[in-house]
Amino acid sequence: MFKYLKQLTSLVAMVAVLFTFTTESMAAKKSKTLKNTQKKGFVRCGVSQGLPGFSNADAAGNWTGIDVDVCRAVAAAVLGDANKVKFTPLSAKERFTALTSGEIDILSRNTTWTLSRDADIGLTFVGVNFYDGQGFMVRKSSGITSTSQFKDGISACTNIGTTTELNMRDFFNSKGIKYEPVAFEKADEVVAAYDAGRCDTYTTDKSGLAAQRTKMSNPDEHLVLPETVSKEPLGPVVRQGDSVWEDIVRWSLNTMIEAEEYGITSANADMMKTSDNPAIKRLVGAEGEMGAAFGLDNEWNLRIIKQVGNYGESYKRNIADTGILPDRGPNELWTKGGILYVPPSR
Amino acid sequence: MNFKLKDIGPQLMTVIAVVLVFGFFTYNAQVNMENRGIDFGYGFLSQESSFDVQFSLIEYDGSHSYFRAYLVGLLNTILVSVIGIFFATILGVIVGIARLSPNYLINKFAAFYVEFFRNIPLLLQIFFWYFAALRALPLPQDAEAMFGVAFLTIKGLFVPAFIWQNFNIFLYSIVAAIIAIIVIRYQAKKLQETQGKQTPVLLISIGLILILPLISFLIGGVRLSFEVPVLKQLATTSFIYEGGVSLPPELIALALSLSLYTATFIAECVRAGIQGIGKGQKEAAASIGLTPNQVLKLVVMPQALRIIIPPTTNQYLNLTKNSSLAAAIAYPDLVLVFAGTALMQTGKAIEIVSITMFTYLSLSIAISLFMNWYNNKIAIQEK
Repeated sequence: MFKYLKQLTSLVAMVAVLFTFTTESMAAKKSKTLKNTQKKGFVRCGVSQGLPGFSNADAAGNWTGIDVDVCRAVAAAVLGDANKVKFTPLSAKERFTALTSGEIDILSRNTTWTLSRDADIGLTFVGVNFYDGQGFMVRKSSGITSTSQFKDGISACTNIGTTTELNMRDFFNSKGIKYEPVAFEKADEVVAAYDAGRCDTYTTDKSGLAAQRTKMSNPDEHLVLPETVSKEPLGPVVRQGDSVWEDIVRWSLNTMIEAEEYGITSANADMMKTSDNPAIKRLVGAEGEMGAAFGLDNEWNLRIIKQVGNYGESYKRNIADTGILPDRGPNELWTKGGILYVPPSR
Repeated sequence: MNFKLKDIGPQLMTVIAVVLVFGFFTYNAQVNMENRGIDFGYGFLSQESSFDVQFSLIEYDGSHSYFRAYLVGLLNTILVSVIGIFFATILGVIVGIARLSPNYLINKFAAFYVEFFRNIPLLLQIFFWYFAALRALPLPQDAEAMFGVAFLTIKGLFVPAFIWQNFNIFLYSIVAAIIAIIVIRYQAKKLQETQGKQTPVLLISIGLILILPLISFLIGGVRLSFEVPVLKQLATTSFIYEGGVSLPPELIALALSLSLYTATFIAECVRAGIQGIGKGQKEAAASIGLTPNQVLKLVVMPQALRIIIPPTTNQYLNLTKNSSLAAAIAYPDLVLVFAGTALMQTGKAIEIVSITMFTYLSLSIAISLFMNWYNNKIAIQEK
């Protein structure tokens, strides 16, 4: 009898193992990236070399920022722990090669979504986590308060390998202004050169200007001009060719934004399981099978909200409270006058 | 002709191994690029680049092609290398000779210079000259004029531009002077070999190179005027110089650091070359009545050059390759413009990196071919 029981248990265990194997790895089989990530036990994420509010490491090496939070959300979804992320700081020049060569699996580094990048170089943009636009910073003492006061001979510091370089040319050409572009490889070098007086203006995405201004020797001496000269939708990027992984990253971001829409926060997420609203219940894993298609369990989205928080929390923690851009502008929910609008989780 | 297997076997195996390794890498790259949907091809070179470059020797803006951008980067690399090699050689020879000076102060100063500059990483020196020294330079509106016409500012060095009339006639006069000097030198050498007569070749040469162009000014209608840079206000506290020629601070910092760094190595080559000549040579030369200058010029240097040239060639190659550190301080060289911006805008990593590598290889081979030719020319001619 006892012997029989032992056999039965092992049979049950075997069946259970077989079942978990088949259910868990259906999508994992399709997604090489997911499988590798789960095997390694961490998400490989490419970030900037230090842009406050977006991706920035403190003295102890802890990364924070809204770009960092996207990777943390993916880690929470696929590994169950938002801290299981390996961050790789990349220059603008290195970032796409690092992704296409397989050194990282997500590039979340204030990267502008453009046609040629999406179509040409083996990349797929999964969404937008920050709507930005290119702007100009000048020294207050120069008396310049608008780009219309720019004159021939102005020198502009910027980064190489960015859309900024192209927009800058479009902008100055359309205004018929002769300018001297001074392009550095690293953002810190751009800031140092501009701060030293090498350039009359520093141009990059406005969020970047606001963040870098905090690094200047005296931030109050500098002014970001009101004009926005380009559209810069910034968002996470994955390698082309792994649609399951692409979906996981896309819906991790969407979950954060939609959670804010429905008022689900890291603090109240567990309580929301008993909500009357089915849309809310789906977002906290209490209704439907929202994770199966990715090869994830049903609480992947709950973990994102609990461990990382919704988009609003992430924005407040990283960008508003740090004084970079207290006003959310276009990055407010569509229900509150912004343009953040994501497809529903259902 | 009978080749034995043991003679060609190892060579054959090496060739096969090299082909296999290259084949593997090519295949690997192909498969991976296909998997990731990346196209391979050099067609992008004719596309419009749509980015501007700060400093260019040829006419260029974003409406030109990526190939033109490549040329801009290449010429900028060559420019900074040529300037660097020129100053590094002059400084290196002076310091190398100074290290052998019997004067304690000169000798120790040269030794200190060599030890100091060759033991600090080049990138740090570039950062020092660009970021630290740059901050100390005045803003354009505060700059003191040098000789009343040139201005060294944080935005670069602004010097007067030469405006020529009938420049070609001036050029002809220079060419004529050079031809005349070559002929006179040849004659003087023959005169010395046949009759033992000395001719003051140097004086005559200097005279010719001054007098012929002067004549072109007086009767050839050549006119030269200067366009002095003028301060222009861009905003309340923002100024720039217009007119004249402007040298960007990035070029100055890079050329300066490359020269100072490489000169230390050249100085050591020169010192080794001179010390490699036996003491007896100098004593013998002195004993037949040659002056110390003549000893150096006629006996020591011709022999020392044979020792100096090969290692110095290495230094020239190093300098050219080190110029790629330009990317750190925004000097638009080949690496920054082509392997940087162009690579990012097109995403053609393998194509662009391969072109860039091939270009540096060609540059280096060109320099070493020239130096080998020069080395052969000054080598002992067996008669």
